[in-house]
Formats: sequence, structure tokens, C-alpha cells
Amino acid sequence: MSASPVAERSTAMSRFDAQPIRHFLGVIGRTVFVAFMLAFFTLPVLWLVFAPFDKTPGLGVSLPEFTIANFRTLFKSSSALSALRNSLILAGGTAALVLVAGSLASYALSRVRIPGRDMLLYVLLLMSSIVTGTAAMVPTFQLVNELHLIDKMLGVVLVIGAGTLPTVIFILKDFMDNIPKSYEESARLFGARPLRILWDVVVPTARSGLAAIAVWAVVQVWGNFLVPYILLRSPDKSPAAVVMYTFYTEGGQPNLRLIAAFALVYSLPVVLVYFFVSRRYGFRFYGGIKR
Amino acid sequence: MASIRTVKLTKEYPGGVKGVDDLTLDIVDGEFFALLGPSGSGKTTLLRTIAGLESVTAGQLFIGSRDVTQLDPGRRNVAMVFQDYALFPHMSTADNIAYPLKVKKVHKAQRYATAEETADALSLQGLLGRRPSQLSGGQQQRVALARAVASNPDVFLFDEPLSNLDARLRLEARTFLKQLQRRLGVTTVFVTHDQAEALALADRIAIMDKGRIQQLGTPRDVFRAPANTFVAAFIGSVPMTLIPGTLAGGRFAFGEERLELPDEAATTAAAMPDGTAVTYGARPEYISMSSDSRPGAIAGPVQVVEHLGASLLVSVAFGDQLVQAVVDEDHEPEIGATVYLLPNPRRALLFDAEGTRMADDAPAEAGG
Repeated sequence: MSASPVAERSTAMSRFDAQPIRHFLGVIGRTVFVAFMLAFFTLPVLWLVFAPFDKTPGLGVSLPEFTIANFRTLFKSSSALSALRNSLILAGGTAALVLVAGSLASYALSRVRIPGRDMLLYVLLLMSSIVTGTAAMVPTFQLVNELHLIDKMLGVVLVIGAGTLPTVIFILKDFMDNIPKSYEESARLFGARPLRILWDVVVPTARSGLAAIAVWAVVQVWGNFLVPYILLRSPDKSPAAVVMYTFYTEGGQPNLRLIAAFALVYSLPVVLVYFFVSRRYGFRFYGGIKR
Repeated sequence: MASIRTVKLTKEYPGGVKGVDDLTLDIVDGEFFALLGPSGSGKTTLLRTIAGLESVTAGQLFIGSRDVTQLDPGRRNVAMVFQDYALFPHMSTADNIAYPLKVKKVHKAQRYATAEETADALSLQGLLGRRPSQLSGGQQQRVALARAVASNPDVFLFDEPLSNLDARLRLEARTFLKQLQRRLGVTTVFVTHDQAEALALADRIAIMDKGRIQQLGTPRDVFRAPANTFVAAFIGSVPMTLIPGTLAGGRFAFGEERLELPDEAATTAAAMPDGTAVTYGARPEYISMSSDSRPGAIAGPVQVVEHLGASLLVSVAFGDQLVQAVVDEDHEPEIGATVYLLPNPRRALLFDAEGTRMADDAPAEAGG
């Protein structure tokens, strides 16, 4: 018994000696890891910022020989501008569809008790990743063809909208669940009908959720290549994501000057929308997880 | 203005739990009526059923002469103030107060004029442009009241209107609420679990338990003459001391102790056989304490002394049974000292084995 405190102290001492070294190695390891990850994610962004202003952009990141000629070429080509306009139409249309249908559906699902409601939501969520997925592209194409919506923007809006709706409903339902029922009951006692309650009380209260959903829907459409590529035929209806794919030089090489400039112009609206919505509504994004 | 009448009203939840059980109740026009009970007693369910937010399983509900049992809540012309006030967070005070009028399609200028007028009457001047989050709890409550007033209802329904306020503000708001109700003269039903609030505000109180009314009466009635042990234990800021025991030779016996029978039940109880199980009830305020022996007093050691401000609550042990007395602050006894307790026989009560109060003159009101 009497010897044990001494033994304990000596093991504690040796542990104490090893600690600074281990700590030091840990710091080095973490720093290297973080630097590596940082570089991995920063390099593409740097390319996006520098390459458009470079006279001869390559695939690597280099300090540019400054010029804005690339943009001049870009804005001269009518296809680039109409592509951006098409993207805006598709994104706006899908966002509108998803917001209207999503808020109606999620409000109903949040307030009406039906057996198997949560199961339905999860199944929908699972299925949704298939609808807009590559695997289902052939049946999707056939369906759109049957509906005579090939080469119509409505077709693209419907397909992408349908694909995103389950996720939208899932997320919005959580927002709706968090709105105290007493708000609606109070409005109801004053004689307001359900649609009026939705418009006067629920939508304004859930607007940060709706804003988040709108941004997310816009991003989904903005970056979607496959669906418009397959469902739209005429080049003048193609959105930016598809048009960028057609920028080749006469020699058959990718036209990096045009692609770089277009990439920057293409990414700006999404960034701007994000900042605008974030500033205005503030993102309170909890996802569909019950807390 | 309207009366409220329920006839054999029952609200049964899926699974067979009865929130309101076969309840018949008359609330007079202009009355300030309290539904009092512990949580789960059905008081809020009854309030929400009157509002129409809960459907009725059986029975009828009348507001004024109208049968509103199946009527849509929006057409009953009732206004409810919710426990969380339910102010719309994205609307200003003015918009919140004017909202009922907006739903009724009142012209914009007219409804803001009404909102301003109502806000003035509830001393909300200068707060019309603020959002609910910029208001204090007391102000939020008054905005919720103003919104209810602006809708010009036949009936006010308040769900725990004071429970979200801190203690000091609650007293202020209580007086304000009573004044407002007197001035408007609108029939008002409010739900509370706080007996002091119910006693202070209400013209009449219905004490509820398990979906049924245990007693219906004025604050004085339910305090002085509780119908049963449930009401006796529930009403009063210091709970009534209830002592289970038996009748023995024209007196009440518990353990080794004997007490004179309460005046109001003396004849009835004296006629009953010895050994009948009864419960003796006395409010600590009506039990006097002394350090000297007195005829009829029971003696025991002081166990706990609690300070209530101007008075003390002294708990005295008689075997396992604690008997409490409220005494003057100047007479603080030592812990462990023997004291003599003497209940006032004019204020003491006797309950039978079922817990119903026994009285000589009239049979006790049973639960409704």
C-alpha cells in the first residue's frame, strides 16, 4: 500500500514526458491535413476567378495576363446570353412550382393526421433520388414524350420539380411543424379560412424556410445538365449548363477562354441569390430531422 | 353578449379518454367564469370545445340561443386569448389587433381606426408599430387582449391568461383583466390551474377533475364550503389539513387524539355509529396555536416552521399525521417544542368515507 503512490507518480511522470511530443505531432498532422483540404477546395475557385481574365487560360491556375477580351467575346455571342436567360426561366419556374406545391403539401402533411404519414414521407424521399437520377432517364423521357413536352421548358420544370418536391416537402414539413398551432387556431377563431390562414400566417412565419427552399431549388436547376440536355432539342432553348458544353474552337478543342469567362458569369447569379436571401431572411436550416 | 350553456357535453378522445364527461353547465350572460383544476382535469378541453377547436362527441353547446354544437369556430363569434398569446410574429401591433377585422373585410382605414382606439383603451399607445418580439410579456398579453376585444365577440375565452407573466406582473395583470371584463361586460370563461387566480378574478368557479365538475360556486362558497376533499385540498394558498380518522363517542378520533366535531356536521355525525370512517378538515388559518394547554386542544411537537411573510406556517406532528397552523409572526415556536392546537369548530369541516362534505342543514353538493 505504501509503495503504490510512488509507483503511480513515476508512471504519471513518464506519461507527462511523452505528452508534448505527441501534442506537437498532432498539431503538425492536423495542419498538414487542413492545408491539403484547403488547397483541394480552393484551387478550382482560384481557377474560376483568374482564368476568365487570362489571355491564354489553361487548365492550371496561374497569374493571368490581364484582359477582359474573353468577356467581350462572350457577350457578343448571342447563345451565351440566351442560355443565361433560359436558365433563369427554368430556375424561376421550378422554384415557383416547388414553393407553391411544396408549401401546400407540407402544410397539409404537418396538420392532418393520416396513418403512415412519416412512412409516406420517407418513401417519397427515397423515390425522389431515383426520379431525376440517370437510371430513370429513359422512362422519364418516354413519359415526357407522351405528354408532348419534349423540347418545351415546361417539361424540364416539371421533371426537376417533381424530383425535388419530396425533399422540399420533407424539409418544409419540419418548418411547418415548428409553427405553433395557436397561431392558426387564433386566426381560425376570427373566421379565417384555411387558404387565408396559410397565406396570412403560415407562409410569413415559415418564410426563412421557404427562402432556403427557393435557393436550393434554383441551385438544383441551375446546375442540372442531364435533364435539359435530354429533354430540350433546340439550341435556343438550352440553359447555360448545356450551352457551356458546346463551347469548342474550330479545331475541336474546348474553348477555354469562352468557357472560363462563361463559368464565372454562370456562377455569379447563384452566389448573389444566396447572399441576398441569407441577408434578407437569414438561413435557419434545420433539415428534416426531428430535434 | 351571450350566455353559454352545455347540455350533457362529452368530448372523448380516440382511445377512450374522456376530456369532458357528460357535463351540464350554465354560464350567465356577462359572467366572469373560471374553470379551475389540475393539469389533465379537462378544463382546457372544455374551453377549446366551447371555442370549437375540439369537436363534440355527444351533447349540445349553446351560445346565447344559438345551438353551436356543430358550428364552425369562425362563426361562433368567440375570441380566445391563448396561453402563448398567439400573436403573429411578422405583424406589427396594429396589424395584429386589426387582423380579425381584416378577415371580416372591414375597410382598411376603419380597421386601423378601431385598432388604435382599442390599443388606447388597453394602454398600448406608442406600441402600434412594434413587432411582438419587441414587446414585453405584459404588453404582449395586452395586445392579445386588444385583438380579442377588437373582434367584438359575444364571448371571451382565456386559456391560462396570466401563467406566462412573472409573479409581480401577474398581480397587476390580474387587476387589469378584472377591470377590463367589468367595463366590457362580455361573458368570459377562463382556464387556470392557479386557485388564487380563480378566487381573485371569477364571479363563479367550476372546479374540475377527470372531465367532471367537482364543485360549482362563488369563490366564497368553494373556499368556505368545499363539496369534497378534492376541492378542499385544491383551494387555498395553504392547503387544508385533512385528517383521516373515525367517529368515537360524539367526537372525532385519530390516533390517540380527540377533537370536537365541527359545528356544521355535529348533529349528523353524532347520529352515526362509532367507528365510522370520516375525514376532518381544517384550514391552517383557522387553527389556533398556544403553548399552554386549553380544553379541547391537541398537543404535539413542532416539526417544521415555514415563513409566509406576515405569518408562519407551523407543522405539528401527531404520530404520522402532520397538522398545520398559521400563526402570527411574533409567535414563532421552537422546533420540537410541544404546542397545543385548537381548530375553530365553526370553520372546521367533516367529510364522509367517499370524501363528500357532511353538513346538517343541506346535503353537500355532489359533483356535476
